[in-house]
Amino acid sequence: MANVLVFIDNPGQALKKSSLELLTIARSLGEPAVAFNGELHDDVAAALGAHGATAVYRPSAQDLDDYLVAPKAAYLAAAVNTSEATTVLVENSPEGKEIAARLGVRLSAGVITDVVAVDADGTAHKSVLAGSYNTAAKATTPLTVLTVKANSVTPEPAAAPSAPETVTVEVPADATASAARITAREQKVASGRPDLTDARIVVAGGRGLDGDFGPVEELADALGAAVGASRAATDAGWISHDAQVGQTGKTVSPQLYISAGISGAIQQKAGMQTAKVIVAVNKDAESPVFEIADFGIVGDLFQVLPQATEEIKKRKA
Amino acid sequence: MEETLKIIVLVKHVPDAQFDRHLSGEGHTTDRDESILSELDEYALEAALQLTEARGGSKAGNKVIALSMGPAGAVNAIKKSLQIGASEGVHLTDGALAGSDAAATSLALAAAIRHIGADGPVDLVLTGMSSTDGETSLVPAQLAERLGLPQVTFASSLEVDGGRVTARRDADTHSETVEASLPAVVSVTDQINEPRYPNFKGIIAAKRKSITTLSLADVGVDPSQVGHAGSWTTVTSAEERPPRTAGTIITDEGDAGIKLVDFLAAQKLL
Repeated sequence: MANVLVFIDNPGQALKKSSLELLTIARSLGEPAVAFNGELHDDVAAALGAHGATAVYRPSAQDLDDYLVAPKAAYLAAAVNTSEATTVLVENSPEGKEIAARLGVRLSAGVITDVVAVDADGTAHKSVLAGSYNTAAKATTPLTVLTVKANSVTPEPAAAPSAPETVTVEVPADATASAARITAREQKVASGRPDLTDARIVVAGGRGLDGDFGPVEELADALGAAVGASRAATDAGWISHDAQVGQTGKTVSPQLYISAGISGAIQQKAGMQTAKVIVAVNKDAESPVFEIADFGIVGDLFQVLPQATEEIKKRKA
Repeated sequence: MEETLKIIVLVKHVPDAQFDRHLSGEGHTTDRDESILSELDEYALEAALQLTEARGGSKAGNKVIALSMGPAGAVNAIKKSLQIGASEGVHLTDGALAGSDAAATSLALAAAIRHIGADGPVDLVLTGMSSTDGETSLVPAQLAERLGLPQVTFASSLEVDGGRVTARRDADTHSETVEASLPAVVSVTDQINEPRYPNFKGIIAAKRKSITTLSLADVGVDPSQVGHAGSWTTVTSAEERPPRTAGTIITDEGDAGIKLVDFLAAQKLL
């Protein structure tokens, strides 16, 4: 049976949903093992077993987090060799993609990013050119490296939980030799809202908000949604750059995307047109966003959004 | 007086994202008939120009080399870079490169960078945060791995001093400062600066700047290592997504917020 290695990096006290998704995909492809980095809490170890991990590899070095990407790729390459894995699954974060990129070079393996589904034969499905094409791709090498987007599958525990063995993997001595060192780190204040790239619902605002994100944030909170923004809104400094959805920002594929005061030019469309349902509110009936909206309202967002927020609160009460 | 710098900026010609873009042919590669300099590469070029101008520019011996890999059309990305202010251009072009994936692209670019470094060491390789077409962001990390150089990616600020590069990186949950020794591979985000436009003087000056054309043989790469044959991934199918069609559009008559919630309830999204 094929060995599938899932890379899990510093989960803290609990595994993220996206890690559980990777383990679920791994079980559909073969026998899953985990290359782990960071402190392994008991709850996390138990969850790894519940999701079918047969082995948990851990690095011999504790300082991988002090450097950018390179030593983690070196460790993961060593774990692949130890586990004899033929497929590696990594989360589709910027760092995850770069670890996969370097792993590919180290082990002469094909790397496919932004994967949304994997067939049993290793064929990976993704969308390209800002969601205008769906493609299927395959690695032509003995080892396949995939970075998989969050919300690709419903995580499920294994039918029979396993008791994974722990194996220490020797990190190459030169792993940190030519790596950039992280000299300072500041945590940002958590918004308490879901992560934009993983959120089931996104409420996004643009130029039409004229500096006031209040109505968008209130609707987002009523729906338990993440807050997004167009480039016009982030460039104007109305909201943090992290919130930008679009060509130069984040690509999101939520169940529901509510666009408020965004014209929907191609730069924005690129980041959200794979959303399942799109709702648009804009006072300009000619806005391109109405060409792709499942439900569009031509109207004043400062009237429509607060009214919707009140109605949602009423119905949920 | 600060040390002079030799900087390579990777520039890519990409289909203009303002228009519909297409995949074509057996290998499902991107059509590049109407191509422009990738917008995100302009930030890397601007960062290179600011670093070298602070050290006296090309007069003082600093170099900003725009390197592009691709067919004949890729030269347009180099010409635009020369107009904006790069001091010289290098065009790596070879029929065998068509269809290269990130691994093959990084292999060819690494060879070209080594070739350029043969007549004087390169201090920095600068790139944008991703291309606006492939959007995989794999190439900078793979270049660093292949060249054995520190990787400093997604820099939102950048300083070079005393043979070291210091950068700030902004992630969703935290910001960090990273440090590496030169030479290094650095990718920059669209937050790092405000790229300049080419002015009339720059457009005239660009006509006198040289563009060196390199083939795979010039940089010592065997054609079998690149292109479709040398790539480690293959696209097996590509289907154009049916365009989204407009649904129900209503004009607010005072109750559109309620109707919006009705719609969400009907879609089971509440």
